[in-house]
Amino acid sequence: MSDTQNTVAIEMRGVSVGAMRDISFRVVEAVDWSVATGEFWVIAGQQQSGKSDFLMMTAGLMMPVQGSYKLLGTETQRFGEAELADRLRVGFMFEDGLLFHQLTIRENVALPLQYHRDLSSAAAAQEVQTLLDLMELTPLADITPTNISDNWRQRAALARALILRPEMLLLDNPLGRLGGRHLQWWLRFLNRLGRGHEWCGGKPMTLVATTDDLRPWQGAHRKFALLRDRKFFPLGLWDDVASAGDPVVKELLAVPVDEVVK
Amino acid sequence: MRGNLAKTFTLTDTQLFRRAALPKSYTDLLGHKLFLFLLTVQGLVAFALITLGVTLRKSGVAPNVIRPRIRQEIARAGVALLPMFLFVALALGFLVIGQTVSALARVGATSYLGSTMVIVVVRELGPLLAAMLVLARVGTAHVIELGTARALGEVEALEALGVDPVHYLIVPRVVGMAVGVFALTVYLIIGALGSGYLWAFLQDVPLTPGDYFKQIAEALGWLDFALLALKTLAFGFFIAIVTCYHGLAQPLRLEDVSRVAVRAVTQGVIVCVLVDALFILLYLFT
Repeated sequence: MSDTQNTVAIEMRGVSVGAMRDISFRVVEAVDWSVATGEFWVIAGQQQSGKSDFLMMTAGLMMPVQGSYKLLGTETQRFGEAELADRLRVGFMFEDGLLFHQLTIRENVALPLQYHRDLSSAAAAQEVQTLLDLMELTPLADITPTNISDNWRQRAALARALILRPEMLLLDNPLGRLGGRHLQWWLRFLNRLGRGHEWCGGKPMTLVATTDDLRPWQGAHRKFALLRDRKFFPLGLWDDVASAGDPVVKELLAVPVDEVVK
Repeated sequence: MRGNLAKTFTLTDTQLFRRAALPKSYTDLLGHKLFLFLLTVQGLVAFALITLGVTLRKSGVAPNVIRPRIRQEIARAGVALLPMFLFVALALGFLVIGQTVSALARVGATSYLGSTMVIVVVRELGPLLAAMLVLARVGTAHVIELGTARALGEVEALEALGVDPVHYLIVPRVVGMAVGVFALTVYLIIGALGSGYLWAFLQDVPLTPGDYFKQIAEALGWLDFALLALKTLAFGFFIAIVTCYHGLAQPLRLEDVSRVAVRAVTQGVIVCVLVDALFILLYLFT
């Protein structure tokens, strides 16, 4: 991992983030944050703390209201159609998956590949099938998203985010709606992506995930940060999180209420 | 791509204004309505120009994805409606001939049936009726589909994947509807002219098929063909713009979708009537 961590994937200096629905409303302010290539970050925060808006800005889907933000070395203020190729190096998964309900799972996964490489559905079929197999989605491939459970919809959304083999993956609360078996699968799969998965050429992938429950993310190799009161607080590794005295962190760790308020 | 939709949002965000409390005096209410009307016109024009721009600028982008979608939309706004249009063509021929025969018989001018058919069916009723039927059958579906996709956040998902929503969702619908209305109008006119003679024959009008179709051919000029093509393409284009604009270009909530669908259909009818009026002027001055 050491050679990949020499480059910076995310570099924010004094960045303020506006809300998606109303850009004039600032959800997070004065963020200074650097992520090296190959790192795995978990951004924790309570509901309505601005995690989704922060992650969308991080993906280059919104511009920062203030400050300087370089994503994979490109200043995001300049992001336009000419820089689309740069932005597609980043995969993004929404909290609810946001699959296209008129398309089947297979068509949902194939769409970015077909659109950006100008492939017919037949030409894209092999690559799509490989990813569907990898995600264990083949039995559900020809069903529309409304007819499958949240667990599988979330996995199909992950497949869609991965189809272009991105270098970085941003996931908005990916474990929020998952049952136990699926939760284990996700953690194993994200760890494999972080170490370097054959689907993405074996290179360690930079991962950033948001969460409103820190417990499933326990792990030595992940870094943590907290969004609270419109501020971004880097927390460090898991040991630092576990020993943090912040009441919000304790809440996100589901520490019994008596211990939080004493 | 991100710019396209963002531009549309800033130019067309009338929802906030619509949700504002109604003013208390009649003059304020009139001003409110007028302002809303102007905002809608501005939004529609902006959306139409953006769609045209994307259609031209991205004609070579992802043809393997967009062309099948255009074919799908032509099938939906054209081929799938053909059986209904054959029925309507029969009914239209009967309606026009039935009324015309009774009116012309009083003055002994039943030999003008063919010319009447050209004026009524080819120039006016055919295109307008075809546009209204496509608006009702396909336009409403557009608003509901796009409005639901917008409300569920699927448009943002498209942008996150680097797919231009105007290119992927709107361009195929606009092209499909323009071609669909044009083709269906041609079928409707041919069907209505044919059925018109059938009904005239059943009413014992002393007119041979040769005379009837000769009258039609003589009454038709090259301008009729050119203006018919332009008019039907314009109907299709504007219906698609109005329905797609209401479905996609404004931030929507799920509960807004049904209300927006009704508004889109009403505005679609108004736009078609305005376009038709413009073409009547063209007929009069050429």
